[in-house]
Amino acid sequence: MSGLTLEGVSKRFGSLTAVDNVTLNVPQGTFVCLLGPSGCGKTTLLRMIAGLEDPSGGRLLIDGADITGVATHQRDFGMVFQSLALFPHLNVGENIAYALRIRGIAKADQQRRVDELLALVHLPGHADRPVNKLSGGQRQRVAIARALAVSPKLFLLDEPLSALDAKLREAMQVELRQLQQKLGITTIVVTHDQREAMTMADLVVVMGEGHIRQAAPPVEIYRKPADSFVAGFIGSTNLLDLSRDSSGRAVVGGVVLPDVILPAGLDRARLSIRPEDVHLTAPTAGGLTGRVTFLRDLGGTIETFIEVAGTTVTAVSTPRERPDVTAGDSIGVTLPAEACVVLKQ
Amino acid sequence: MRREPARSLSDHLPVIFPALMLLVFFVIPFSIMIAVSFFQREQGGFYTTDFVFSNYERFLSAFFGGVLGFSLLLAASVAACCVALAFPFTYFLTCRTRRVQIAWLVGLLSVLSLSEVIIGFAWSTLFSRTAGISNLFVALGLMDQPTALLPGFGAVLTGMVYQALPYTILVLYPALVRLEPTLLEASRTLGASPLRGFFNIVIPALRNTIVATLIMVFVFALGSYLLPQILGRPQHWTLSVLITDQAIYQSNMPFAAAMAVFLVLISLALVGLTLLVGGRKDLTA
Repeated sequence: MSGLTLEGVSKRFGSLTAVDNVTLNVPQGTFVCLLGPSGCGKTTLLRMIAGLEDPSGGRLLIDGADITGVATHQRDFGMVFQSLALFPHLNVGENIAYALRIRGIAKADQQRRVDELLALVHLPGHADRPVNKLSGGQRQRVAIARALAVSPKLFLLDEPLSALDAKLREAMQVELRQLQQKLGITTIVVTHDQREAMTMADLVVVMGEGHIRQAAPPVEIYRKPADSFVAGFIGSTNLLDLSRDSSGRAVVGGVVLPDVILPAGLDRARLSIRPEDVHLTAPTAGGLTGRVTFLRDLGGTIETFIEVAGTTVTAVSTPRERPDVTAGDSIGVTLPAEACVVLKQ
Repeated sequence: MRREPARSLSDHLPVIFPALMLLVFFVIPFSIMIAVSFFQREQGGFYTTDFVFSNYERFLSAFFGGVLGFSLLLAASVAACCVALAFPFTYFLTCRTRRVQIAWLVGLLSVLSLSEVIIGFAWSTLFSRTAGISNLFVALGLMDQPTALLPGFGAVLTGMVYQALPYTILVLYPALVRLEPTLLEASRTLGASPLRGFFNIVIPALRNTIVATLIMVFVFALGSYLLPQILGRPQHWTLSVLITDQAIYQSNMPFAAAMAVFLVLISLALVGLTLLVGGRKDLTA
């Protein structure tokens, strides 16, 4: 099988299990984001792929070949560190050429490759600059160029954009994605920023407490979260208690949702629905009704906070598609079945 | 950071005390010594005020030149050995847990509390034929019979390296602790073995620290006069030994002062040269 395969990879530090039995297949040319809160084991997993940590259990395979015991410097992977780790005593060109120098490539070829890479990261003519004279974004590009110098089999990035300001970060996300598509290189990025993951990834791997919670394309993660952890971590969501009535129908707050199906064997569950999917109507007989507690009018969209079925539901809508209400009013809440995701408790 | 230039007297206050200390305990004594080095020695007495170059002329002989050369060579060897031993040691120490690091540092600090005399006699015992480490080697079958490892250049060097090593480690430690650990990891991901990464990333990244440490140990070792006498033969005596001999036993203050001034000038020149060579690479880099 081509690409990277993780088979039951684990990492324990003393009594702490940082990564627990992770199995994942990353096909050749895929852009993967490892996403999760801090301490979820995503960086440890990336470091194991790079060979900087030895797994306590499991195997790593690249194109079907076991690389679990291969030393970092023999893996031919490119890695961008969170701190960037540019060598302070070398200039931009020397930093980028380091991997080529190690492999004993001729000076002229090194020079040609450095110019090529600098053009690729939009920094032509910067080869002679000292690294400490560069801006944050430029340092970032140099680190990327350095990691790509030998056309690695795998391109690994550990929170690469976290040191940049918000505007530059957004621009770099797009640029990084375009670069990856141009080179067709298998890329794994660790991030805690769900927006970053949604922008760049083909495959988002949501991690929590050392486990993979869900691995799926970004839209699927958003639309069909596997559990309430994923639903809460990716975007904002409303979680409502769902129960089964005597005739087996799904009930929220005493109101039957005819098209929502509770999985067999479950009497109670959670219903997840995104704020933009909650429809607001005039109060109707037999429908879910709540009381408006707060309005956040952002001009383009309005967030309506509604107390319904014992919790607060947030609905995001444009001014045109919602009834004109103020705090304290009663309002009808419709939960379209196609937007509802039933999650285990 | 930009600072406002100091205007009133109170702005200068913080530097007055250190400046005063430096003046009273360094500038004035050193000036007196320079003055004395031009005085005329009085046979059987002390010295008379004068302005002669005879003390410096006497120094410019093959004998004193040889002693000066040996002193510089010994100090340079001690500096090189100390840094060569302390750098890898300190590097691996910083990779350990904090508890281990603290235990080692406390141990090293306690070595500093030993006086030079105790270190000298401890090593002279260790190197002796009757009770020294050669007996251990014989017991292990590495040697046929116990031998005296002193007096000799090796013994002097060992003693002085032992004495200067804790200083070296304590000076290198802060810089190595602050060294970004990902630098070496980055070199590994780029295809350098850990050893190769150590030599072409860790050491060059800390070049300034290494140069500063070499200079510190060099200057420290240049002033040593007890260990060469305890562990060495007369040909291993340093200029500091001769200065002490002239000043205390021969009562020739002017000549001792002249030698001391010469030693200071030579070591300042060497330090300056090292900084110049070290600094030039920064400009071209």
